[in-house]
Amino acid sequence: MRYEDIQLEKVRQSGIQADDLSIHADTLRMQALVAVEAGYQQFANNLRRAAELVEIPNERLVEIYEALRPYHSTYAELLMICDELEKNYDASESARFIREAAKAYQDAGLCRRSDKPVQSVR
Amino acid sequence: MREQKDHQSKRFAVLGQRDVNRDTFVQAWPEVGLIAMNSPLDPKPTLRLEGGRIAEMDGRSREAFDVIDLFIADYAIDLARAEEAIRLDSLAIAHMLVDVNVPRQELIGILGGCTPAKLVEVISHLNVVEMMMALQKMRARRAPANQAHVTNWKEHPALLAADAAEAAWRGFAEEETTVRVARNAPLTAMAVLIGSQTGRGGVLTQCAVEEAINLRLAIKGLTTYAETLSVYGTVPAFVDGDDTPWSKAFLASAYASRGVKIRFTSGTGAALLMGHAQGKSMLYLEARCLMMVKGAGSQGVQNGSISCIALPESVPGGVRAVLAENLIASMLGLEVASGNDAMASHSDIRKTAKLMLQLLPGTDFITSGYSSIPKEDNLFGGGNFDAEDFDDWLVIQHDMQVDGGMRPVREEQVIQVRIRAARALQAVYGGLGFPPITDAEVEAAAVAHSSADMPDRDVILDLAAADSFMNGPQTVVDVIRALDRGGFSDIAARVLEMQRQRIAGDYLQPSAIFGPDFLVESALNAPNEYHGPGTGYRLSAERWKELSDLPQAQRPTELVSAGHENNRMRLEEIGPAKRGEQPEVIIAVGPAFGATLHQTLGNLAHGDVLRELMAGISEEGLPSRVLKVYRTSDCAAIGYEGAQLSGSGVAIGIQSKGTTVIHQKHLAVLNNLELFPQAPSLTLGLYRAIGRNAARYAKGMPTKPVAVPTDNMVRLRLIVPTTLMHMLETQEVRQSGPTVELAVRLL
Repeated sequence: MRYEDIQLEKVRQSGIQADDLSIHADTLRMQALVAVEAGYQQFANNLRRAAELVEIPNERLVEIYEALRPYHSTYAELLMICDELEKNYDASESARFIREAAKAYQDAGLCRRSDKPVQSVR
Repeated sequence: MREQKDHQSKRFAVLGQRDVNRDTFVQAWPEVGLIAMNSPLDPKPTLRLEGGRIAEMDGRSREAFDVIDLFIADYAIDLARAEEAIRLDSLAIAHMLVDVNVPRQELIGILGGCTPAKLVEVISHLNVVEMMMALQKMRARRAPANQAHVTNWKEHPALLAADAAEAAWRGFAEEETTVRVARNAPLTAMAVLIGSQTGRGGVLTQCAVEEAINLRLAIKGLTTYAETLSVYGTVPAFVDGDDTPWSKAFLASAYASRGVKIRFTSGTGAALLMGHAQGKSMLYLEARCLMMVKGAGSQGVQNGSISCIALPESVPGGVRAVLAENLIASMLGLEVASGNDAMASHSDIRKTAKLMLQLLPGTDFITSGYSSIPKEDNLFGGGNFDAEDFDDWLVIQHDMQVDGGMRPVREEQVIQVRIRAARALQAVYGGLGFPPITDAEVEAAAVAHSSADMPDRDVILDLAAADSFMNGPQTVVDVIRALDRGGFSDIAARVLEMQRQRIAGDYLQPSAIFGPDFLVESALNAPNEYHGPGTGYRLSAERWKELSDLPQAQRPTELVSAGHENNRMRLEEIGPAKRGEQPEVIIAVGPAFGATLHQTLGNLAHGDVLRELMAGISEEGLPSRVLKVYRTSDCAAIGYEGAQLSGSGVAIGIQSKGTTVIHQKHLAVLNNLELFPQAPSLTLGLYRAIGRNAARYAKGMPTKPVAVPTDNMVRLRLIVPTTLMHMLETQEVRQSGPTVELAVRLL
């Protein structure tokens, strides 16, 4: 739904769901361009990754976040997430970011060992 | 080793009881990281590029990087400026920071190429005044703002809504809440959302809970920003926080993908408190945090030690280091919510001095949580400045002509906005089938100070409602509908507008808040362009009028009281005063006495004062005459005039405000036999004693001067009415006017 369509009248008619109140990928990419022009490169990268995540369902989004926490995922599981992002959501920048994370985790011993169950360190 | 104590100083005993000495102070211990900055164990700045990436940074080669070094090297540092930055003299960069003629944008560019150790080295050259000058320039948004905490110990929703409304009405741009019981999160967030929009549309609200739940709340539309995305300065500390720089960066993007603004959180002392400082100084570790914040692509950060504030404060230079960390954050282009939230000291003097370092230059949010409720209701362990300090804060703004992001308010309007918020929440609870909010709860919330003023609710029922909302399909849309149906369409429209802004995405931009009419003010459309006096954020005439209009300010004329019916005498001028020939005491009064002024600063009627003076003179067996001096309003000169005309050469001079002198002929004008400069301290009994003493001097008898207790607060309390009364007296001066004799009829 577009910004202009969000009106109280539409809420009254039950014409708006929570999912309608969410940003579009194009808007995020546009905001990223604005940010780059103002000199905010890293912030723009965040917004571009965010644009790729728009279509991911809420629950899956939370699951991917959880999977990136220390010792939560094996190296292989993280790479599978990268594949899923690329294939199902065309999220190449996010996939690359998580691939870099996976390598960093593996080198630093932050992956879950494949013979261990998921648990938090705390 | 303690010295043998032969003596015990009473003064040192008193000092030992002072509030500031209840704070903890320790000597620095660099080996464990218990040092604010400049630890000998901190790395020196180094950088080497190889093959298009950083091969060495701050004394470590890439092979030896931990994941924080790696993240900073690969995401945070601008490689195009890195070699230039490391070669530039840190002192030269420090100069650029303070120099008003070097624009912020130019500094952001070169600072983007700096390593954490380089940033710390630059900062180490600045004293706190220079840091404040730099902060004034480097702040991202043009205008400073402020954030409020809104919580209460009972987690009473009506009180949350009312307090949220008041905080919004007082001018806070953001409100943060949290829970004592985790399951309360959705209803707590909802109450603050509705209350805030009742006070002012456009206030941003967040609920600080566990990260995944936080995200869920935002997705349901119950919060409009998140802040507590924490980063930590060492890897073990980060792991204890159950995150990595990458997971936090992903979380930031997750929020953005739902159109929700975020900022990260960091602060000196956190890694140390968590047992993982790795022997580095607090500021160095914080510089690492801030570079991770930038590398992750967050638009901003909450820092300034935050909850750990007493830890850097325990060591020398800690408060300077906390200012430094706010400055480093702004040097990295980040929006900064600058601490001042957690209890910083037992001493009000100390905590307020520390506050000045952020308040005077201004930061994007002067505090990252002003406790808009009493500190005992603050669930953050905060309350550094709380609801009972509102007027002090407003007075500081008024005194210094500075904008601290808060405005003076009137009691009646605050109560109205609180009632409306509680009623709106009552309507939502009704519409959503929650355990009702009663009219009694609404009325209590309207005038409550703390949750002690609120009736208890059935928390088991409330928690069940919270669970079903959180786990069920309902969202903010249902809340909006309930508001609308309950007769609060304007508030419904504001809550909806906050959701609409998630679609627009403008408020995601760095340092964004909503001004009136939901217009975004950010570092992009309202950037800070300070470059010296007259530039950057200046108080407009309108804003200064708003900030200086304290409700407690009186009209000056109201401070001078008493109509003539109250002066308990009638005076009549008989004619020009003649010199006396016999022993007597003259009572010489000022030109406004009994005319335009009728009582002293001590609230004694002029008639009663004359009665006592005359009675005291009479007790010593002498007559008195009352003369009015017109030539001057000065107390000594009035007494001098009387003494010249007195048969004994002795006179009492008294101004209308009650200041009194016993004068004698042949003394210089500003000399005297006795002087009573604190008029408010003079009682009727003391005036009678003054009369007696004057008569004794007239008879040539030795006499003990009248002892008046000294009150050092008198000038502070009464200097304004003193000034006004003396002005009125001086207006009656006729320089050529003769001194006249008065006939006095006491009533």
